[in-house]
Amino acid sequence: MSSKRPKNRASNKAKEKDKKDDTDFPSPDESATESAPPDYIFPLVLTSATQELFGCRADEDVTGENPYKLLKKEDIIQDMKTRAAVSDFSPVKHTVLEYPEDELLLVFDRDFTYGQSFYLVLTAEAKENILKPSVLQGEDVEVMEQEEEEEEIMPKTPESHPWISLGSEQEIEKESFTDSRPKLRYKISRLLRDFGAPVRFSDRSALDGKEGFVECPSYQDKSFSIRELQRHTSVQATSNIKHSSTQTLWKCPKNMCTQYEPREFSADEKENHLQSENLKNFIQSVVIRFEMALQQNHIMNVFCDDWVALCEDESALTGKTETQLKEYQSFTDLHYSREKTISHLQWHPTISGVIAVAMTERMSFEERIDNSTKLMLNPSYILFWSFSDPINPQLKLESPEDVLSFQFCPSDPNIIAGGCLNGQVVLWDISAHVERLQGTRSGDKNTINTLDKSNDPPVVRYCAVSGIENGHRSPITDIQWLPETFEVSRLGSPEENTSQISAQIVTCAPDCCVMFWDLRAPHVTTQSLTETKNKKKTEEMPLENPHGVPNTFKHLNLTWKPFIRVSLPKIGTSGEYSPLKFSLRDNTVDYPIVSTADKPPPNSEREDGSGFGQLPSGKEQKPLEHISTKLYVGTEDGELVYTDWKMEKDNDSGRLYSAKPSHRFILHDTLVNTVSRSPFFRDIILTVGSWSFAIWKEGVMNGPIVMSSCSQKMYTAGQWSLSRPAVFFIGKEDGSIEVWDLLEKTHEPSQTQNISITPITCIKARSISSKQHLLAVSDGLGILHILEIPWTLRRSSSNERKNVWMYFEKEEERLLYFHQRKLQHEKEKEMEAEELRKMEPVLPQKQDEELQADALKEYEQYLSLETITLKDTNLLMGTDDASDL
Amino acid sequence: MMKRLFTQPAVPQQQAEVEDTLKRIQSHKGVIGTIVVNGEGIPIRTTLDSSTTVLYAGLLHQLTLKARSTVRDIDPQNDLTFLRIRSKKHEIMVAPDKEYLLIVIQNPSE
Repeated sequence: MSSKRPKNRASNKAKEKDKKDDTDFPSPDESATESAPPDYIFPLVLTSATQELFGCRADEDVTGENPYKLLKKEDIIQDMKTRAAVSDFSPVKHTVLEYPEDELLLVFDRDFTYGQSFYLVLTAEAKENILKPSVLQGEDVEVMEQEEEEEEIMPKTPESHPWISLGSEQEIEKESFTDSRPKLRYKISRLLRDFGAPVRFSDRSALDGKEGFVECPSYQDKSFSIRELQRHTSVQATSNIKHSSTQTLWKCPKNMCTQYEPREFSADEKENHLQSENLKNFIQSVVIRFEMALQQNHIMNVFCDDWVALCEDESALTGKTETQLKEYQSFTDLHYSREKTISHLQWHPTISGVIAVAMTERMSFEERIDNSTKLMLNPSYILFWSFSDPINPQLKLESPEDVLSFQFCPSDPNIIAGGCLNGQVVLWDISAHVERLQGTRSGDKNTINTLDKSNDPPVVRYCAVSGIENGHRSPITDIQWLPETFEVSRLGSPEENTSQISAQIVTCAPDCCVMFWDLRAPHVTTQSLTETKNKKKTEEMPLENPHGVPNTFKHLNLTWKPFIRVSLPKIGTSGEYSPLKFSLRDNTVDYPIVSTADKPPPNSEREDGSGFGQLPSGKEQKPLEHISTKLYVGTEDGELVYTDWKMEKDNDSGRLYSAKPSHRFILHDTLVNTVSRSPFFRDIILTVGSWSFAIWKEGVMNGPIVMSSCSQKMYTAGQWSLSRPAVFFIGKEDGSIEVWDLLEKTHEPSQTQNISITPITCIKARSISSKQHLLAVSDGLGILHILEIPWTLRRSSSNERKNVWMYFEKEEERLLYFHQRKLQHEKEKEMEAEELRKMEPVLPQKQDEELQADALKEYEQYLSLETITLKDTNLLMGTDDASDL
Repeated sequence: MMKRLFTQPAVPQQQAEVEDTLKRIQSHKGVIGTIVVNGEGIPIRTTLDSSTTVLYAGLLHQLTLKARSTVRDIDPQNDLTFLRIRSKKHEIMVAPDKEYLLIVIQNPSE
């Protein structure tokens, strides 16, 4: 087929050529596209008779492949004459007669392109042209004819012809195999007796004879030694390439630097740019996009991760209701806890897993007096427990009397100060035993210390105790260290503490005193600090002395006395308050202080005129301005007193006396057993009385912002949670702990859990790690329970602090509002009363007149009544008628 | 600036428009600064201090070129219209043009 194609093309080209010459005459191949017959074509219908006559029978003489028939003109005329009108050629009579040539072309139109099965070509030129494709000048015609013929022949099935031998079968015969004789068959087998016969092997040397071995030595095969006679090689010319290298020698190192500055426009150029039209167009076109983008950012945060935000608000992912405090461990000692109760407990500030408890006798005052001799012989102890050993305490601190309260020194955890039942302050130094405590610390594992098998823990005697006559006269109920950020001078004004060591203690006792004690040698406090600073350094600060226990505070022993004694005179009446617990403002100071005006902590806005705020600032560095010297004191009578510890100088006598407390609130009915500040908010204080608790805000003097209802059981202890601002724990008389969540419910605790059967004496919380928060609870039996705070109670949500703060503010507003309303009410009442008083003198006058008028009326009525009755009974005198006669 | 206004009275109107538009953008809530940069990365007008301006102009000019070439590589008939870079602290918006570049730094509402 492919070989035909070029011929086709050639034929097409020829046809096209024709076409170009005579565009009027379409070739038979293209006739299919035409619809209207041109002028020289006349479609004819030829009857079968006519067809036979002229020898142009459809599909026999004249076929699709050979549609042309030349008809003699004379024949046509003859026909027309013979058949006249009936003749098929009658319509073309004229044309035929006028036809110049002898022969007319009749074309069998197989496809009925002109509407009839035949058509007659009327002009000679057309005839020529139509016939031209089949009768063309030169070779092309023949070729085309042949092509056409060949093309026409192709579809024909080839006819079979007999095979002409050209000698190929002889070759095939030569190459093929044929059997020249029948195949021979041989059968070879062993002798039958050899089958199964025993085989005999023998040795044979390979070198015997020539048949011993077969060798295949190498030899030069001639067939492979072909001599190369011709070889094809190609050569290319390239340029000369030379490889070379060089190394720079850095003989003289020299520093080089480059300084650059960015390219900038001068002001003129900037102006030019700014004023250009292009810039204006640009800005205007771009502004729309910007506004959209800016507003989009404004409307909402597209990149806010909803997943993360969602999980913050939801409760624990675990799904378990782990809200109960799990008992982690409990400590009790057989020897030292019998018949004793724990009065106070403290976690060791630095060593985790160590907790100290103060054991006191469970006796009332009378019993103490009765058993005073026995008590004197048995010293009381503070026991140190470690998580690694639940049976034996690690350390025992001996004290002269029962210790009701104690605290570790914040700057040096080896110093412990405690307040005794007899009003003495006791100091211990446990530096020698710190390693023992640290060695036993093993976190959560309960490994029994096998190295130190001594069942009896070492006893540490107290190194200093205050003088009895100078100290308190009643049991010291609260003792606290002042933070190492500031010191208090003799006047009570706070000064900066350059040594950064806590050296002062504050104690309070129901003998109506709050006392300040200093650990340093007594004469230091009376002199100015500049002189004594050097002396202090040279004098071997007792806290830096690494010597043994007894020497640490030898200078204080038995002669120690407080340097400030703050009394709490009652407001309005005489007498004094008897403090039980107090709470100081947690003042922080930034060191080094260059000017006193930098970074005021939040408490500076809250103090109300404590007097020292007007000191000249800047140069004077010693006194600290923004320390609040106010403290809250909870008293025995259930009052909360807000006072200033600064002493004032009485101008007349020169004595120092303390001012009257500024505020006092009566809330609780009986003694206040806890006054504690929230670790999250500096001015929120929780006070727990016996039957209720209250939350106060420093600065709000109207009353507590939150007050609880009276509970069924007495409250004995209270403690804020360390990790959640809204949670605090209250211990009760029946040995249960209430967990209060201010964001959940404020009218009742969110959960209650019973820990022991005896009243809870102290609760202290501590976070061991981020995963473990422990609550130490001591009860009346002397047992120390360690509870684990569950995830819900220790994990604060993201907004909790803010929410709690808002809650407190709301409460504060409510308080103020009610206070205002109350004042307003009172005012209104007064006004009403005044008005009433104004109204009174008017009324009695009116009443007098009325009374008179009324009396007159009555009298007249009576008179008329009298006359009537007299008339009726004929007793009326003077009016007897003559008619009666 | 004041002198210019008097010596070239015909132009200030245009300039005023430009100024107005830029002021409008600047006064949007949260917008920290606006910078107009020419085709080579040299700042023309800015509301920030000069060292910050130069820093932003240089870096963002290069980044815009890269972004634009990226977009055009992917589809040659496409072109960069707006580039927004959102970071933790704020969002930087860049609108490129044949000759100029407008950079706006905004602190989103949250």
